Amino acid sequence: MGTRDGWLAGELRRRGVSRRELLFFCAGVAGTFGLPASAASQIAAALTRAKKPVLVWLEFQDCCGNTESFLRSGAPTVGEIVLDLLSVDYHETIMAAAGTQAEEALRGVVKGSAGQFLAVVEGSIPTGADGAYCTIGGRSALDIARDVCGKAAATIAVGTCATYGGLPAASPNPTGALGVADAVPGVKNLINLSACPVNAANLAALLTYFLTFKRWPPLDGFRRPLFAYGKTIHDNCERRAHFDAGQYVEIWGDDAHRAGACLYKMGCKGPVTYQNCPTVRWNEGTNWPIGCGHPCIGCAEPDFWDRMTPFYKHLPSIPGFAAASSVDTVGGWLTVGTAAAYVGHGVLKGVQNSRKKGAGPPGEKSSSETGGLP
Amino acid sequence: MSHIVVDPVTRIEGHLRIEAEVDGGQVQDAWSSSTMFRGIELILKGRDPRDAWAFTQRICGVCTTVHAIASVRAVENAIGARPPPNARVLRNLIMAAQCIQDHVIHFYHLHALDWVDVVSALSADPEKTSGLAQSISDWPLSSTKYFAGVKTRLKDFVDRGQLGPFANAYWGHPAYKLPPEANLLAVAHYLEALDWQRQFIKMHAILGGKNPHLQSFLVGGMATPVDPDRQASINMGSVGQMKELTAKARDFVNRVYLPDVLAVASFYKDWAGIGAGVGNYLVYGEYPDSDDPNASLFLPSGVIRGRNLGKVEPLDPTRITEAVKHSWYEDGAQPLHPKEGETKPRYTGPKPPYERLDTAAKYSWLKSPRYGGEPMEVGPLSRMLVAYGSGHKRVQELVGTVLTKLQVGPEALFSTLGRIAARCVETVLLAEKIDSWIDALAGNMEKGDLRIHDTGKWDPASWPAEAFGAGFHEAPRGALGHWVHIKDGRIANYQCIVPSTWNAGPRDGQEKRGPYEAALLRTPVADAKQPLEILRTVHSFDPCMACGVHVVDTERRELALVKAS
Repeated sequence: MGTRDGWLAGELRRRGVSRRELLFFCAGVAGTFGLPASAASQIAAALTRAKKPVLVWLEFQDCCGNTESFLRSGAPTVGEIVLDLLSVDYHETIMAAAGTQAEEALRGVVKGSAGQFLAVVEGSIPTGADGAYCTIGGRSALDIARDVCGKAAATIAVGTCATYGGLPAASPNPTGALGVADAVPGVKNLINLSACPVNAANLAALLTYFLTFKRWPPLDGFRRPLFAYGKTIHDNCERRAHFDAGQYVEIWGDDAHRAGACLYKMGCKGPVTYQNCPTVRWNEGTNWPIGCGHPCIGCAEPDFWDRMTPFYKHLPSIPGFAAASSVDTVGGWLTVGTAAAYVGHGVLKGVQNSRKKGAGPPGEKSSSETGGLP
Repeated sequence: MSHIVVDPVTRIEGHLRIEAEVDGGQVQDAWSSSTMFRGIELILKGRDPRDAWAFTQRICGVCTTVHAIASVRAVENAIGARPPPNARVLRNLIMAAQCIQDHVIHFYHLHALDWVDVVSALSADPEKTSGLAQSISDWPLSSTKYFAGVKTRLKDFVDRGQLGPFANAYWGHPAYKLPPEANLLAVAHYLEALDWQRQFIKMHAILGGKNPHLQSFLVGGMATPVDPDRQASINMGSVGQMKELTAKARDFVNRVYLPDVLAVASFYKDWAGIGAGVGNYLVYGEYPDSDDPNASLFLPSGVIRGRNLGKVEPLDPTRITEAVKHSWYEDGAQPLHPKEGETKPRYTGPKPPYERLDTAAKYSWLKSPRYGGEPMEVGPLSRMLVAYGSGHKRVQELVGTVLTKLQVGPEALFSTLGRIAARCVETVLLAEKIDSWIDALAGNMEKGDLRIHDTGKWDPASWPAEAFGAGFHEAPRGALGHWVHIKDGRIANYQCIVPSTWNAGPRDGQEKRGPYEAALLRTPVADAKQPLEILRTVHSFDPCMACGVHVVDTERRELALVKAS
């Protein structure tokens, strides 16, 4: 690339997109991020100047779910991201090259674009058995992550496994699995996009943000962008009115369930989960888990496989709140629900910090660490 | 003799390494190794069995429904829960949608680049491409102008000098046989399929809230309320949306995918004689069309051995065993009953970074499942062969049409090309069938049957103190089984035997090769530095490695015989 300034402008012209239409699109982007309308022309200018940044996508102890989610991206589409907006030079699931030729591609980026490329990490990084729980081309995941993320301009951890260790790190963490922040401490410009998997809309928004502003968005204490993780599910839930009115689902398929009542008593973790599912929804706005009648399982939060389970047990036993007695008191719930959300956030953050100190060998995770929500 | 290592095998799910000995332009021997382990069954111990589906679902995000289905079936089988008709129909819809979408993605985005030379497409004549497209299908996106646009887009992409995911591949390899026009046609459909899959999978968002990792499963039924008079339920609006999506799916599958498979295959008929493998095929069966647990399934179960299509044997799950002689687990001293036994992961391979695995010793995180001591291939080819051999009329018609068009006999099915054809036939079949389940859902609503869950078995207090269960499912990649042992309302033991374990597993205790290893024997390799042909055969199985790695059973132990409901 290099000399291709303005390629996007040409690309858009070729596809019959007028300057006016581009500005209209950029105004939409500005609105998404709560920016003044005047930012639209700035965004348009940035987009038309953009060169194609290089991105490499690493998969470690993953299920490929974040890649699949990426394939569902609608705005921009995955085709536009891969062909037009970025140069995806390494991604095992989609790349044509294999074996030696694939590894050469990765080495080429790390050497040739050091300090300039973006790294995306999917899946946790095992530290047990000298790294033998995950090897690619004979190299351990940890070795690859240190090398690649260490030389990246920024690293985006997608999904809860890459962010906090996720499922492989669930008790008893048989392989000593860690998220990027813990496995590669001090990695530069780390952005966490938790959830299981990452919502393609949030990854697309993050990339658009970066391509437009050439900087990263403000983050919360877990390095998650505020535009996607600034509020709880509960804050924006379409069933919130039922919660406030004390209308709960009690039995799967009962009248309240069919009518869309609150899923709190069925185990919903929406009050302690920071994620924008209720507003962006999934699969280009088609639906979301609570919309299809199932409680939120808290998949964007650290250690959710341990702290949010059993999934169908309802929430009152938030640490510090002996509130179960007020389960049917609507007024009480309003207070408890909101307070619990903040407490949950703080408590979980504490756990994250304690895990950073020493991941410990498999099986050594204490019950107090894993059993936060009895 | 040269030793080839392909690691990573790309365009698959997960981490697969193939080592092969090549001599005289052919693979003389091959070893399949899975290089990633998580230990999900160990993580499941002691947890609430009603949560297990969400854990096992994350075994794989590509076939994102299959382990959830097998898990709820296993737990239901253990506790005696009986999902009502709506739950059965909702699950059928979810499973069929998964299979249709997964197969199309496999062909275009994971497999096609083994057969399609993208660089050659740059020299295609758009007018000739249009002629070719219109000669094989009436799909409307076929004008000269359309293909000229695709070619320009491709050319602009290449001219920018950043080839991204298409860099460093085997373009120009002598094994690529398609004319430039067929390559351009395939590139156009690669891009169309990328858009189509994103649209079609909204089926899963309607039925499961999101994809990947749908969230509407429950032990005992489904969490998706059904009520024609409520906006928070699956209603007639949802029925209309789903019918729109399935109609478009049929259109794409019949007018793009099937004609493309036939067109590509016609240039690669030599691959109907390559990659056969073990010649044994195993199928659990799928798609219950009735709530009677003994009723036959839409796709029948059965076993074919030694490529004998004339004899489909009934499946006997007690004959399934697993060996760990070449797997990184502690060797079991003797056969143990499931509730007693547990092997432990024990890595004995080379310390990373390494160049070679010691294939004479243990060399994979996969184990070696066997049926009656024999390796078995599972997947779409097995399903279509068993259905064909069992007299499934529509499968016989579709398979017959494909064989006639390619002018080959049934023996051509036992091959790399046969797997590709069978996967496509299955997609056509399911795209035809799927609306019957949408109609069944509407029919239940009309009758006023809105039940979605067996609520009487939800409370663990209603369960026996100790229970065993098995759940079987035909995942897109083949026969999947989960086995669960529940004690005092908690998971005491959990185990999975997964399609890619059957297909990609290493040698067993008798040194019998697994299906990948056997299929690679005698595969031609024109250039050992560019082992394109190895990828063709391995990809024809549609590897899903994260699925395959599992831990909690011992060598030659018989699995509990429990019939899935």
